[in-house]
Amino acid sequence: MDFFLEVLTGGLLAGVMYSLVAIGFVLIYKASGVFNFAQGAMVLFAALTFVSLWEHGIPFWGAFVMTLLSMLALAWGVERVVLRPLVNRPPITLFMATLGLSYVIEGLAQLLWGSQVHGLELGISDEPLEVGGMLVSQFDLFAAGVAGVLVLILSLLFNKTRIGITLRAVADDQLAALAVGIRLERIWMIVWAVAGFVGLVAGLLWGARLGVQFSLSLVVLKALPVLIIGGFTSVGGAIVGGLIIGASEKLAEIYLGPLIGGGIENWFPYVLALLFLLVRPSGIFGERAIERV
Amino acid sequence: MLYRESGQFNTSYRADQRWFRLWQQRWVFATWMILAFVVVPLIGNDYWLNAILIPFLVLSLAGLGLNLLTGYAGQISLGSAAFMAIGAFATYNFQLRIEGMPLLISLFLGGLTAAGAGVVFGLPSLRIKGFYLLVSTLAAQFFVTWILTQCGWFSNYNASGVITAPPLVVLGQNISSPAGRYLLTLSVAFVLFWLARNIVHGELGRRWMAVRDMDTAAAVIGIPILQTKLLAFAISSFVLGIAGALWAFAYLGTVEPHGFDLSRSFQILFIIIIGGMGSILGSFLGAAFIVLLPILLSNLSATFLAGWVDPGQLENLQKIIFGALIIFFLIKEPQGLARLLEIVRQRARVWPLRF
Repeated sequence: MDFFLEVLTGGLLAGVMYSLVAIGFVLIYKASGVFNFAQGAMVLFAALTFVSLWEHGIPFWGAFVMTLLSMLALAWGVERVVLRPLVNRPPITLFMATLGLSYVIEGLAQLLWGSQVHGLELGISDEPLEVGGMLVSQFDLFAAGVAGVLVLILSLLFNKTRIGITLRAVADDQLAALAVGIRLERIWMIVWAVAGFVGLVAGLLWGARLGVQFSLSLVVLKALPVLIIGGFTSVGGAIVGGLIIGASEKLAEIYLGPLIGGGIENWFPYVLALLFLLVRPSGIFGERAIERV
Repeated sequence: MLYRESGQFNTSYRADQRWFRLWQQRWVFATWMILAFVVVPLIGNDYWLNAILIPFLVLSLAGLGLNLLTGYAGQISLGSAAFMAIGAFATYNFQLRIEGMPLLISLFLGGLTAAGAGVVFGLPSLRIKGFYLLVSTLAAQFFVTWILTQCGWFSNYNASGVITAPPLVVLGQNISSPAGRYLLTLSVAFVLFWLARNIVHGELGRRWMAVRDMDTAAAVIGIPILQTKLLAFAISSFVLGIAGALWAFAYLGTVEPHGFDLSRSFQILFIIIIGGMGSILGSFLGAAFIVLLPILLSNLSATFLAGWVDPGQLENLQKIIFGALIIFFLIKEPQGLARLLEIVRQRARVWPLRF
């Protein structure tokens, strides 16, 4: 039983890391209806930029701010070059555009900073901590704390500031938001910049975990089932979905893995998400789509 | 006015439903076919056949498969490579396990196996739509590569899951030479394109397009949604499966499951975006583009940037160019190269006038 709880906690904490990537998705999907496949590439870009700046001797916060500025520039460029000409196109076109975008960003990041693996040491020891008889990774706890703070900041941003209120208006009804004079382009840019910031945080944590390298952009594939379970439009859903995926994935690997052969972590979340979808086609917290002819 | 249509009248429905209604089109088509079937095998050297024409044909087949599903029936899929893998491994096993199995029959059965898998992973499409459906196809992608690596039976207990093509024999002729493999691929591609063209122009194609444009409306006018979608998955996977088998047998000779990973699925999706969604011809154009562009780029950089850019960087550069091209096409010409060709053709029809 202790072992079960330990696996469960480890899985839940690992799930938080998935949620971090998923939140970036949700932000963009809510505000612009774009299913942003390039979020993983943004995570890679941010982490690689940060690490390279840091290795060039720029202090931590300096590198952090400079990376943030570059994510801002990226958001501006994306809005100008990709989103603006594609206004009013079907969602599937926008999705494929972000697929192309992910290629551009990945290529750009590696062209600028090279494709070797960088180590990233955030100064958090990864020694397991004993909590109530269970071993819990200290790093995972830290990541969970960061995710909590991030969600808090985001919900403050969404609920208490003028920008947040306009963001919610756009998410609710784009046409009505336009009619009351909200500038859609600016909102999109802000949202992509915020998603870039979330990507930076996720990139730092994932980078410290796996090393900063190309495979960071593949975490996007783990975030997809998280979104499916949580629903595309809810930040809270992204967290819950992440927890479910993280926990079930670890449990499946431990208890189901030996029965059918190991390495099922790759596809298990997808099958789980599929089962979820058959019961609730729009996720746990997603908005139910109403179709009209 | 580069070619005249005047004076060519159709006097029966049969004549009106023909593939090529103008004699000019028939001549152009016949010339192409003679070029492809007779001239190319005679004059083509091994490099051209092996490195360019065979992968081009196989990828255009794969593009056709995905185009039927995504371009015509509107179901987006990121699992095309998985169905290719199923086709390849099934064909291999039919050849291996059944004594004296003719190659073409095992190709067909391999395609059918892939079609069966397509139906299984297409089943959720009735209940879930759009991006949510991506999950089903991604599940197919990861699950298939996993099980092909995990379960040794599929690759005849090869340690790393690699399968090697047996000697290719069709109707008693050994066709393992590049020209033979080219002709095999070309003939299979010809038959499948002919079938696909007829399906798309027939009732089923119309149903697919109705479902693509709005499935609720299609259901209201009495189109059986489940059957239509599942047929799209089945036929698309059938074509993809055969493409996968040809990829393994006629092009590479040996493949492992990871040769059919997610990036292959992306590549096939890019083929239909660049070539043209919902266009049979687009699959060819897109595949040609995807095969030729990297060769062109590496030749260009070898000539102009020699010594400036190292090969690793070149790959990144290539990625950026591909991504940028995708975005460019989506913005400027969402119907792809096929649409550009159509514009050129239209201009030629009315030349020297503008309209």
